[in-house]
Amino acid sequence: MQVGLNHYLAVSALLFGLGLYGILTRRNAVAILMGIELMLNAANINLVAFNRYVAPGALAGHVFALIIITLAACEAAVGLALVLAVYRNLETIHVDEINVMKW
Amino acid sequence: MGELAAFIILAIVTLLPAVVVVTSRNLVRAAMSLIPSFLGVTGLFVLLQAEFVAGIQILIYAGAIAVLILFVIMLTQGGTGTALRQVNEQQLVGGLVAGALTIALLGLLLRTPWPLVAGTLPRSNVAAVGGAFLTNFILAFEISSLVLLVSLVGALVIARREQ
Repeated sequence: MQVGLNHYLAVSALLFGLGLYGILTRRNAVAILMGIELMLNAANINLVAFNRYVAPGALAGHVFALIIITLAACEAAVGLALVLAVYRNLETIHVDEINVMKW
Repeated sequence: MGELAAFIILAIVTLLPAVVVVTSRNLVRAAMSLIPSFLGVTGLFVLLQAEFVAGIQILIYAGAIAVLILFVIMLTQGGTGTALRQVNEQQLVGGLVAGALTIALLGLLLRTPWPLVAGTLPRSNVAAVGGAFLTNFILAFEISSLVLLVSLVGALVIARREQ
């Protein structure tokens, strides 16, 4: 049996679901960021797999995946800086306890 | 046959640590489990003949982002103890929503007849990726460099201690 596009799509869908579960159920802001990273990885698998199996001549999937990796690094840096700033001011990084803007 | 075996091993290496990432009570263990998961994705990229993306994945994800997350866990000790409750009270609903979305995605992706093209990528596509970045995708390249600069300055300004 050959490894086909569907195999990669199945792995990426499972990884995406796991990341979404992490985002929905975690209280810790850092753990939520970890879930986001898993979901971005799932998207990258899809892009590279489509590049390989649907458009092997073009390299657009690789380029998109590289740009997503760059933006994931940006997002992690800014998100973790925000977590640090929140921790310094509120002494907690549990997102269900950060409600100073809720009336 | 060999390719299938490699794919199955890499899929397990990707998905099992991801389960630990989203369920472990110990956040350091969750962050460390990110690394094998990222390395499994790297292996999948190599199987897909995307060597350059695989290298960048190791450098940025397994290297930079995992270390950054570990540092922030160490710096925010008050929120990461194993005695603290790490999940909110939406565990059941969250699991149902994530499971439903996964099943929907699987059904959708696996039933669609994709226009498959038989063909192979060029043997070494690093130069081709670089060429594509500097010709067809020059605008995206420049904008992502600008975003990188802005996020660098923004992260410094946000994380800096007020005098």
